Amino acid sequence: MKKECVKELMIYIHIPFCVRKCLYCDFLSAPADDAAKKAYMEALCREIHEKSRDYRDYEVSSIFFGGGTPTAVDPEWIRQIMQLLREDYHIAEDAEITMEMNPGTVSQKDMTVYAAAGINRLSMGLQSACNEELKSLGRIHTYEKFLETYTYVREAGFANVNVDLMSGLPGQTPQKYRESLEKVLGLIPPPEHISAYSLIVEEGTPFYKAYEEDRLMLPTEEEEREMYYLTKQVLEQHGYDRYEISNYAKPGKECKHNTGYWYRRNYVGFGIGAASLVDNVRFTNGRDLETYINNPCEMMEDKEILSTEDRMSETMFLGLRMVSGVSEKAWMEEYGRSLQDVFGDVLQKHMENGLLEQWSENGEGFIRLTDKGLDVSNYVMADFLEPKI
Amino acid sequence: MAYTDQSKIRNFCIVAHIDHGKSTLADRIIEKTGLLTSREMQAQVLDNMELERERGITIKAQSVRTVYKAKDGEEYIFNLIDTPGHVDFNYEVSRSLAACDGAILVVDAAQGIEAQTLANVYLALDHDLDVFPVINKIDLPSAEPQRVIDEIEDVIGIEAQDAPLISAKNGLNIEDVLEAIVEKIPAPKGDPNKPLQALIFDSVYDSYKGVIIFRRIMEGTVKKGTTIRMMATGAKEEVVEVGYFGAGQFHPCEELSAGMVGYITASIKNVKDTAVGDTVTDDKNPCAEPLPGYKKVNSMVYCGMYPADGAKYPDLRDALEKLQLNDASLNYEPETSIALGFGFRCGFLGLLHLEIIQERLEREYNLDLVTTAPGVIYKVFKTNGEMIELTNPSNLPDPSEIEHMEEPIVSAEIMVTQEFIGSIMELCQERRGRYLGMDYMENRALIKYELPLNEIIYDFFDALKSRSKGYASFDYDIKGYEESKLVKLDILINREEVDALSFIVHADSAYERGRRMCERLKDEIPRHLFEIPIQAAVGGKIIARETVKAMRKDVLAKCYGGDITRKKKLLEKQKEGKKRMRQVGNVEIPQKAFMSVLKLDERN
Repeated sequence: MKKECVKELMIYIHIPFCVRKCLYCDFLSAPADDAAKKAYMEALCREIHEKSRDYRDYEVSSIFFGGGTPTAVDPEWIRQIMQLLREDYHIAEDAEITMEMNPGTVSQKDMTVYAAAGINRLSMGLQSACNEELKSLGRIHTYEKFLETYTYVREAGFANVNVDLMSGLPGQTPQKYRESLEKVLGLIPPPEHISAYSLIVEEGTPFYKAYEEDRLMLPTEEEEREMYYLTKQVLEQHGYDRYEISNYAKPGKECKHNTGYWYRRNYVGFGIGAASLVDNVRFTNGRDLETYINNPCEMMEDKEILSTEDRMSETMFLGLRMVSGVSEKAWMEEYGRSLQDVFGDVLQKHMENGLLEQWSENGEGFIRLTDKGLDVSNYVMADFLEPKI
Repeated sequence: MAYTDQSKIRNFCIVAHIDHGKSTLADRIIEKTGLLTSREMQAQVLDNMELERERGITIKAQSVRTVYKAKDGEEYIFNLIDTPGHVDFNYEVSRSLAACDGAILVVDAAQGIEAQTLANVYLALDHDLDVFPVINKIDLPSAEPQRVIDEIEDVIGIEAQDAPLISAKNGLNIEDVLEAIVEKIPAPKGDPNKPLQALIFDSVYDSYKGVIIFRRIMEGTVKKGTTIRMMATGAKEEVVEVGYFGAGQFHPCEELSAGMVGYITASIKNVKDTAVGDTVTDDKNPCAEPLPGYKKVNSMVYCGMYPADGAKYPDLRDALEKLQLNDASLNYEPETSIALGFGFRCGFLGLLHLEIIQERLEREYNLDLVTTAPGVIYKVFKTNGEMIELTNPSNLPDPSEIEHMEEPIVSAEIMVTQEFIGSIMELCQERRGRYLGMDYMENRALIKYELPLNEIIYDFFDALKSRSKGYASFDYDIKGYEESKLVKLDILINREEVDALSFIVHADSAYERGRRMCERLKDEIPRHLFEIPIQAAVGGKIIARETVKAMRKDVLAKCYGGDITRKKKLLEKQKEGKKRMRQVGNVEIPQKAFMSVLKLDERN
């Protein structure tokens, strides 16, 4: 497909299946049988194909297969979807094409199929290198299984790999967490990117119930903070830069897709529950599997046309997730007035209490969270919800 | 007028303990006398405020007129005067009783006599009313009518052997009650040709008619055009309409004469001018003396009421004004709090009255309120000989200027089954009670105590219920003021005194209460970027302390697949939470923290 493309687009594809639901998981995902998977994947293909006419003027810079577990469906489906995307969309030469995968769900042969399909970045849900912790999370894999999968990944030629790690897990100590970090850093070759999240006990999960009943032996606040600081310290020693609140990468390996969300780039989501932002309109697909299978193209819900105020507050509360912060120049270009002008009071308040700071690079000014501010980012972000215009 | 024959009029009320079926019986009487069909009746006709129905309490006294064709073939006018059922409204009860010639005593066939039954019966007997008992709820499996009959005869000393045995709920034997009303309640007396003398037992404000006065004519006659005068308040107006209330509406009539119960409207704008208990007379031909028993109703319990949203201050003022039109016992005056901004210090008859007003403000006027801890009126005697009636703890003079302080004391009667005597006495001791004595009846006891009012306005009733498994009943009367060792307990948040949290407490309970308040506030105040000490102090001396640790982490979870909306909602929730906070110094205190300290569970 050849066309003069002017606008950037990212594509998110949701695969709502997994082998087993993890105890902390509040994402839209569940185990399913082959027939359901087949029906869903067919519907997904229909949606991708039919909606392509809306995106003829866009160039796709990133594709992300998330879930659930995209590796819970036959690799052949991923190949088909990639083929469809190439036929119907304009995909940039250097597009980042990521797929999430869980250790223990793929074979050596599968990896070659994914590579051939065009996937060029993998995100592996390791979470912990300690088997006890993995068990307590309800994960299906062991660290040994992960090592096996990691070998397949590298053998298949993937040169851009992310590993997810979690801290603040039940029973986890700072010492055990450090061991997990070190094991991952000792992989040959080590991952290019590490996502390090603190466990958040979400409502509606088995963890939440256990937490309410006081059965979840979470680390103390002091230990939890220690692990959090350990992440940054250890990863920076090993040459990773923290570029977003919870994400670390070797230079040049920052995840374009993730970054795109914070910079409010256009993205369209396919599949149930998938969210989109296209030209300052946000919308989401409905979450019901059956409805989607019957009519995948008419699932749009919660359409919200963003006002200038909405855009301004989003620019702040999303942009501040990036360690480099929000560019004052980019702000000026987008809104035609200075950031100071709109959020002067809030900026002053949080600069005075040491949560925000101004810095510059090559003469360009930015507003970013300080280290202390990163710890309590919500507290700061909530103040940007009401722009003064 | 068809019914001017006094011998065919029966003015009566129903007295009962709460939940013994007073309102249900009233409904049945109205139903059986035929002015209303079953369909027209909304379950309980007399309790016409939504709140009353929900709480099962009658707040305002009202009267209903119905016509009953008795077995003797004659038609009788029944004026059923409803009485409030709670100790807060004792004075209103007494005025309603004064408007009657007799009373029906309803006693639950399973529960028997309760503290309120006794209090109300004695009140009725004090007003020389003829009282006849009715045993209700005889359909209950646990009903023991004979035991209750014996109890009534033993304890109250009135004849009860031929008491109608009824089930008001199922309409069983209601005719017996109607016949008993005709037989046992005396007809009114009074001379229609004497100067007008009428007792106000209730008044309500209506936006069309102005104030509607419900009153009983003792002597004389009143009609449209009469210039009436309220003898206590001195207010004068020309009568616009007279009539009676029946079948859910007002029925105007020509005139009302001695022995009759009805209403008057006279374009009066404020119920303050038509105080309950006052005597209405003819301005041109006044009666020699007002009826006895009138007293000015005083507020007993005070608290600060503030709009949660400061901008709603004028709305709160308007709402209080409107409520006061209908409730002369509600007082308010503007006050300012450093923590809560502009609001009102409001005076109430008691805690129930306070709660009712608060709920009405929130429900009917859609106001979100922050209330401060309720307190009583303390008398502060200063060294310079001056005496202050203190309703707001913040106005307490410096201790060096105080000679001594006095607090109101009540005499309380608590009725309880024997197994709970110990725990109830323990409760009264904890609340600084002074034991007066105990009367036994069958397996129950009437325990008498003197208690400081400020010990029973918080959560005494709840504590009483929980320590007696719900069996204890309670009634009290204000006895007077007594000297007491009182101190002002201050709460400091981040070393700043929060005026809205100060209150007066007995010196001996200051430490306990201070400690519990600090604990409670610690749970209510969210973490800030810095550590916040919460301290309780008496006279500048810190007696308890808790600490809200500094916030160390507040980060959103992984944002998945670009689902920003959910994250935004979380942030908005946080933002909204902040808006509902009150800034004191550099600490944000949630509104509910101010209220959470009102009810400190004594046992935890």
